[in-house]
Amino acid sequence: MANKKRVIALTALAASAAMLLASCTSNDTSASTSASAAPVTLTWWHNAIAGADGKNLTGDYWQKVADDYTALHPNVTFKIEQIETNDLQRTRIPAALQSGDAPDIFQAWGGGEMVQQVNAGYLMDLTDKIPAAIKELGSSAAGWSVAGKQYGMPYTFGIEGIWYHKSLFDKAGITGTPKTMDELNADVTKLKAAGVTPIAVGASDKWPAAHWWYNFALRSCSTDVIQASNTAFDFSDPCFVAAGKDLQAFIDTKPFQDQYLSSKAQQDPTSAAGLVGTGKAAMELMGHWELGQYEGFQADDAAKATLDADMGWFNFPATSSGAGDPTAVLGGGDGFACYKDAPAECADFLAYLTSVDVQKGFAAIPGNLPVNPGAADQIASPQLKQLADVRASAGYVQLWLDTYYGTNVGGAMNDGIVALFGGTGTPQGIVDGMTAAAATQ
Amino acid sequence: MTFTTASGKGNGPVVGAKASAAGPRPGSPKNKQPGNASARKWAEIGLFVGPALLVFLVFVVYPVISAVRYSFYKWNGVKQFSEAEFVGLDNYRRALFGQGIFKKAYTEPFLTALSHNFEIIALSMAIQLPLALLVALILNRQFRGRTVVRVIIFAPYVLSEVITGVMWFVILDPNGIATRIVEALGLHSPAGGWFEDVHWGFWTMFFVVSWKYLGLAIILFLAGLSGVSKELQEAAAIDGASWWQIQRRINIPLIGPTIRIWAFLSIIGSIQLFDMVWVLNRGGTQGQYSTVASYMMDKGFYRSDWGYGSAIAVIMFLISLVVAIGYMLVILRRDNSTTAKN
Repeated sequence: MANKKRVIALTALAASAAMLLASCTSNDTSASTSASAAPVTLTWWHNAIAGADGKNLTGDYWQKVADDYTALHPNVTFKIEQIETNDLQRTRIPAALQSGDAPDIFQAWGGGEMVQQVNAGYLMDLTDKIPAAIKELGSSAAGWSVAGKQYGMPYTFGIEGIWYHKSLFDKAGITGTPKTMDELNADVTKLKAAGVTPIAVGASDKWPAAHWWYNFALRSCSTDVIQASNTAFDFSDPCFVAAGKDLQAFIDTKPFQDQYLSSKAQQDPTSAAGLVGTGKAAMELMGHWELGQYEGFQADDAAKATLDADMGWFNFPATSSGAGDPTAVLGGGDGFACYKDAPAECADFLAYLTSVDVQKGFAAIPGNLPVNPGAADQIASPQLKQLADVRASAGYVQLWLDTYYGTNVGGAMNDGIVALFGGTGTPQGIVDGMTAAAATQ
Repeated sequence: MTFTTASGKGNGPVVGAKASAAGPRPGSPKNKQPGNASARKWAEIGLFVGPALLVFLVFVVYPVISAVRYSFYKWNGVKQFSEAEFVGLDNYRRALFGQGIFKKAYTEPFLTALSHNFEIIALSMAIQLPLALLVALILNRQFRGRTVVRVIIFAPYVLSEVITGVMWFVILDPNGIATRIVEALGLHSPAGGWFEDVHWGFWTMFFVVSWKYLGLAIILFLAGLSGVSKELQEAAAIDGASWWQIQRRINIPLIGPTIRIWAFLSIIGSIQLFDMVWVLNRGGTQGQYSTVASYMMDKGFYRSDWGYGSAIAVIMFLISLVVAIGYMLVILRRDNSTTAKN
């Protein structure tokens, strides 16, 4: 009885306090609805670390965003930790989630990994907390939703396509960019005749090679088949084997550089990015970040400007057959999620982080591609602008397949594809590996 | 003298038995308070062994037991282990006796990795052992710059695996110096590159591993040789034995125990070979130089297949254990018994 009375009294007190607070904050222009004035510290783990040149533009920007948010909401302070991606994704976040003492805000890549985290009950459902902010991001936010509920907010989402040197295309007598695989094959032949390595691929890192198969799969499989495949993990549709056959036929035309199996994706001048960056190879299939990689191989700003003017970009060509949408594109991005026990301010902060103004500041950093369509006019690079347009007009945007299927099936898929590149695998082998991995998870 | 002896004898056999038992420590306070002494002894043992034992239990025994436990479950490492599904021996079956698509996806790569381990053992004995022995025998004499030569030979072993890996990566890059030298000689470098070519990858890895660990064998053999008595060699030389005969009849047999210990370390190291292989490229894009340990890391950790990875770990543990005990019993037994006799 006494307990009941106390509960009623407490509820009344809380209600009046809430009303008082509401009246105090009603003049506040921020989107905050649930933030209380009680002091809150949000721990935030992100992957923006300093690069080789010691600069950390994105990391510095996150610090500024946190400071700005604290200025708007003086009761909220941040404790930020910058952690290298691999360490963060493979070790720190899983261990923190296991221990039950996870950071409030942490990096989230969406896809299969997020499905597992949601199934284990680790993530905060943002759907009803920040509906307007979710809607603002459009289709790009889909990769961070599970079964119709939003569990994370992307702040960048890029798509991939083929980067190429306009000057090398000119040298080989190629006009325009290839729209179909037949045209691409013809261009490869012309480039070889001109003594230029047609395409660079960093197969030693597996994923750059695997992305060729993803694109063939996106062309050969219907959107419905792809969309169903990360819940049912049923790869029996012949379109998956057909993708491998298309890739095999393409590899057989020998479009890649010598010893591509031993080439890394990035970093040194002999990596795939290095070969294109130094003008030794004409094309590379890669995401939006690659222009920044190419720039890294230039000696000075003048060389950078020359390169920027010389680099073009086109969407993966259409194949002659297949049920896929020829305008569909593959992409992926980075986002953040809130831990289930995080304070309510966490969701509000994610809404703030992806709002137009904050995204404009993010887009102003060279190489960054914002998610919020309202920030698109801040993109300086013409190539990234083009990418943003293609993304906006694409019939369908698919998350990277390895992210989409999660580490287990995704890893088996990448292994199978690299085996095909290396001559020890088969189109059927890729699908069998994925099916076997799916059966074990 | 005589008196003492006589009186000793005079005490008779009845007292004598007691006296001899207590003889070595007469008048010690421990004898008076045996309970106290034992408590103190255990306190001392506890104090000195306790912390190390605790660390051992927490960081070695507990993880081993956990790995055995995990190996019976299907667990993705994301959800709480309490929610993992018990699958009995499925993970072991998948590693050793997989059928259909599982055979191709799991059993074959595992057996390939395991065969690589045993190939490395065989090649170590067939190539590293004679090579290291030869170098050690040649270096086992006084000459100018001997220390410098020894330091150079031992240097690769001191380098960390990561530095070694990166160094050889640069040398053996598709556009690296090794490729250029080979092509300048009019030969072709492997089609897939040194490390990733399906036929050459394993041999490239074995070359790098040998380069790294040969120094240890040479230094161990040199240390063994320095213990061989000079008199024996001189006596043999006076009797007209050639250099080769001295090595074959005197030096090599006498450093036998050192060779057998090196072989033991080499075998166990080969079974557990991981860091070098991982740094190079996680066992290769097509597993061309994978080992059981790199396979375990790849499937367990990077594929989030923790139960299966644990099963691989347990299999590797058992193989190491059997090989180690077998080697101890069969080969090192002789050395141990010789030492005991001495």
